[in-house]
Amino acid sequence: MTADVTGPARGSSPASVRTRALTKRFRHQTAVDAIDLEVPAGAVYGFLGPNGSGKTTTIRMLLGLIGATSGEIEVLGEPMPGGASRTLRRVGALVEGPAFHPYLSGRANLARLDAADPHSDARTAPARIDAALDRVGLLPAATKRFRAYSLGMRQRLAIANALLVPRDLLVLDEPTNGLDPQGTREVRHLVEELAADGTTVLVSSHLLSEVDQMCTHIGVMFEGRLVTQGTIEAMHDQARSVDQAVRVETDRVDDAATALRGLGLTDVRPSGGHVSARLGEVEVAKIVPALVDAYVPVLGFTVVRPSLEDVFVSLTGEGFDVSG
Amino acid sequence: MSAASTTGGTDVLVGGRPDRDIPRTGRALPLRFLRSELSIIFGRRRNVALLAVLAAIPVLLAVAIKLSSDGDQGGGGPGFFEAITSNGLFVAFAALAAELPLFLPLAVAAASGDAIAGEANQGTLRYLLTIPAGRTRLLLTKYAAVVIFGLVATALVALAGVVAGLALFGGGDVILLSGTTTSLLDGVGRLALSVLYLSACFAALGAIGMFVSTLTEQPIAAIVATIGVNVLMFILDQIPQISWLHPFLLVDHWAAFGDLLRDPMATDAIGQGLLVALAYAAVFMTAAWARFGSKDVTS
Repeated sequence: MTADVTGPARGSSPASVRTRALTKRFRHQTAVDAIDLEVPAGAVYGFLGPNGSGKTTTIRMLLGLIGATSGEIEVLGEPMPGGASRTLRRVGALVEGPAFHPYLSGRANLARLDAADPHSDARTAPARIDAALDRVGLLPAATKRFRAYSLGMRQRLAIANALLVPRDLLVLDEPTNGLDPQGTREVRHLVEELAADGTTVLVSSHLLSEVDQMCTHIGVMFEGRLVTQGTIEAMHDQARSVDQAVRVETDRVDDAATALRGLGLTDVRPSGGHVSARLGEVEVAKIVPALVDAYVPVLGFTVVRPSLEDVFVSLTGEGFDVSG
Repeated sequence: MSAASTTGGTDVLVGGRPDRDIPRTGRALPLRFLRSELSIIFGRRRNVALLAVLAAIPVLLAVAIKLSSDGDQGGGGPGFFEAITSNGLFVAFAALAAELPLFLPLAVAAASGDAIAGEANQGTLRYLLTIPAGRTRLLLTKYAAVVIFGLVATALVALAGVVAGLALFGGGDVILLSGTTTSLLDGVGRLALSVLYLSACFAALGAIGMFVSTLTEQPIAAIVATIGVNVLMFILDQIPQISWLHPFLLVDHWAAFGDLLRDPMATDAIGQGLLVALAYAAVFMTAAWARFGSKDVTS
């Protein structure tokens, strides 16, 4: 690879993906509600949200698979779906899980998709296909039929397809779905490698922990709306600004609760063996002396800093409910 | 990989961002996609089984007639069956006539109904479209593959008929339906023309199948619907009270290939049949394009 990292293909727009008031309605239901997505060039953008929050619908619109009800989409500087034929060859995509011909081998499936690409070079196809298979660790199973692949192998094959030709943007919808922890780590390394080469990556997930470690930017979808979007640092700042909590372990729960309330802590919850409360503006250093003054034996004391996960949950709610 | 070694020095860039623009070599190779489509259609076990059945019918026909050739029972078709015992070439014509109403349309429906709906059902459609294969290009390539499949199926029936017929009844000069005699080579030429004519007719049926295939994600439903349309046209074609409709029915013109066995060849019905086929193909491919071009692919 040459040292030229600016490349000729990059448009003048600094954003690889940008939408304005993008909306998709299916009959009565608004699947995507006026979102303004902004994926800066070179970013690894974690597109988060619970199942059914509109991530895949958004991704399908970005790729021109479904039309928007209203709003605008720009991918790599070109409007979509109008510029699909020019844009999409610079975009590698994994959409809603792998799908291939069951009776063809992994290699034959990739050869078929490569043949469908009007711009790909037939002469380099065998080498490119094997390099892509090798990159996702699938080369030993290249001649196996797709139907004999495990879910993890299928997922890898779909990623290999996205890597058949050099891309400026990779759109990976739930790429770690069905992968074991080892496979998940490999995908994360792969994404980091690609990002280091300058490829912009939009990776969706319903698990924050998966993308937290590789993303530079995060956007959170909830019930069709983009509830927050920004750099990962900004998200961590937001996490810090969320109320910290304290937890006191003691055998005199009620006295401890009274003392904490007296200090001005809120949401004081006594339970068997410990009391938890929101810190608010109270100084951490004052708490233990106050407890001791109240003759509360302090058996343990913890300050709970909210994680990014807590921010995520505070935005999207908890539990297994699939949003409408 | 030996295949990979041919590209030896080519620098292969996987993933990563391009250091140069992606080469625009593909424009010159639209056939690569078609070849790939054909290998999938002809590699499918269901289609291979269908072709085997199509090819077995002329053989069965020839054997059955050979075994009962003492008694002369003229069967259906435009008078081919009686001629079989005099020249084996007629097995091919009789087989085409016998497979015309259902078996050959079944093969065309199987390929065309599956074309888009099958990919949608598998989920491979979304990957083809994000390649991007291009919706119009995908539709036209699929259709071209369907037309070729129809041609191969029809030619296979004719070929199996010729082989079985010549083996069991021998060849020699051909006595045409108009009573004149011509060489075996001329007869084979007329058979080839019949195959081409019927393939054109089936191409129109394939266009109907393509359109139906864009309406559903269930390939079996698309195949059955296409066969249904075909059978419905045959039924309508049998009702004398609506004879005004018959010239507009695609299937009404199919049996006209028998005209190619007259001397001189009667081309009126053939020409009309080709025009109707062309009209059906144009209307239904346009409809398929309009439907598929704007369709939300949610599979």
